Amino acid sequence: MIENIFPALYILAAASFILAIKWMNSPVTARRGVIIGEIGMLLAVVGTLLRHEVVNYEWILIAFFVGSAIGVPIAYYMPMTAVPQRTAISHACGALASALIGTAEYYRRMPHGFVMGALILETLLGFLTCTASVMAFGKLQEILPTRPMTFRGQNFVNLGVFGFAVAIGVVLVFRPEQSYLYPIFMTLSLVFGVLLIVPIGGADMPTVIALLNSYAGLSAAAMGFALDNKLLIVAGALDGSSGFILSVIMCRAMNRSFTNVLFGAFGTIQSSVKQTTARPIRSASAEEAAEILDAARTVTVIPGYGMAVAQAQHKLREMYDVLTRRGVDVKFAIHPVAGRMPGHMNVLLAEADVPYDHLFEMDDINPEFPRTDVALVIGANDVVNPAARTDKTSPIAGMPILNACDARTVMVIKRSMSPGFAGIDNDLYYMEKTLMLFGDAKAFVSSIVKELNATVGAAH
Amino acid sequence: MTSYEIAIWVFMLAAFLGFELIRRVSPLLHTPLMSLTNAISAIAVVGAILITGEKEATMLTRTLGFIAVVASVTNVVSGYLITDRMLKMFKKRGPAHK
Repeated sequence: MIENIFPALYILAAASFILAIKWMNSPVTARRGVIIGEIGMLLAVVGTLLRHEVVNYEWILIAFFVGSAIGVPIAYYMPMTAVPQRTAISHACGALASALIGTAEYYRRMPHGFVMGALILETLLGFLTCTASVMAFGKLQEILPTRPMTFRGQNFVNLGVFGFAVAIGVVLVFRPEQSYLYPIFMTLSLVFGVLLIVPIGGADMPTVIALLNSYAGLSAAAMGFALDNKLLIVAGALDGSSGFILSVIMCRAMNRSFTNVLFGAFGTIQSSVKQTTARPIRSASAEEAAEILDAARTVTVIPGYGMAVAQAQHKLREMYDVLTRRGVDVKFAIHPVAGRMPGHMNVLLAEADVPYDHLFEMDDINPEFPRTDVALVIGANDVVNPAARTDKTSPIAGMPILNACDARTVMVIKRSMSPGFAGIDNDLYYMEKTLMLFGDAKAFVSSIVKELNATVGAAH
Repeated sequence: MTSYEIAIWVFMLAAFLGFELIRRVSPLLHTPLMSLTNAISAIAVVGAILITGEKEATMLTRTLGFIAVVASVTNVVSGYLITDRMLKMFKKRGPAHK
């Protein structure tokens, strides 16, 4: 009798996960989605703990305790700017879990045929995603250099390692008892994960993180096949398709293909091309910038990774408040690949209490730029480079950009004139209507706010 | 139908369902979406529990299972909590005193 309850619990859990993702489509229902997701997870875990195969609880309970002891502080004390790093680490953990479960299953049962095939797929994806995510973490945390690292014949070596891993995997599917092959297979998968991320640069992180998300999900789905567990298949398929769609969106936002992201090593070759003649630019002080902003009716802020690095989002909110109080219409234009992961800018601005109905997507805001008085670019570069639209030979040609150059006045807060990630000069900076505001994003916005407040004081 | 066939059917349908659902998620919420799906795929904890808790577990499989439970529970706990923490920050209008 009680045995019949467990399949029902799993079905309920799967339904909860589907609802959880469905409710993520709007910020209004999203928190409900998290709650139903938690309920689903609870049902699944309780259902599993009660199964008769599970007899030994001590280790499980200790593991629950240790996992929670690690997870809770991560969730509460991790600053929002570190969200990409946390995401990378959680992909690593998820992939590690499914790789280890697959390994344990292999040594326990030495399965044959279909199950062994699923198991090889699970462990291959699991191990490679695990080391790839750790590498991604290292790059995001800037423990490792964020520039792509390339060497001659890199793609050849990478594909060779991958091909070798797959070949051994296939042999194992047909001859599972050749257990000496398994450690080799495991090592090759781990090594391939590292090699995969070595040539990836910082600006490609949004795509890569989404792709790793997809792999981690597919690994869990493969585990579902190996264990004949439909709940795992459903959850893994949802995660896999989610990561896949996000990486497609990211690729499109850069007008590049998957292969180009993974094997293209963007941003290495181009760095020495241009920057020959020093062209004239106009720069301005915080005081002048404040005056211009104060006189404007519509201001569109374009944040980029530089805003996250400088942690300027809170100061930016103060500026938004002051300007809004003075009747200026302030909007935020978010490029899909701004930052280091999908949606990165939105989370940071939400953290700073910028209402989300003032955050606009690229396609919605672009037609409005010609009617915008001031476009204020903070820590973004390639995503506002007009060369993407005009220069066919540019490495970023065809990439959809935010049309900041259409605004009446453009202001760019930037540390120096050094070129952006793609290593290409940005014509926007040399336009007649552009004012360069040199300095740290946070410090500069903060002095603009001071100037704005000072003029309020003077008026009264 | 064999159980493998059923499993493949389930995967196919769930993948299409996933595509349809996720296409509708606003780019505004892409970061919380990723942490939520990550927490959901930590359902791997189910497989990990079965391996760790079974009677005939060897030292090797129990150790591997134990690490897998720790890793998945970390993801479950931090995934759901941080998603909620992020979503709490998304407000339609600024705080009332503005």
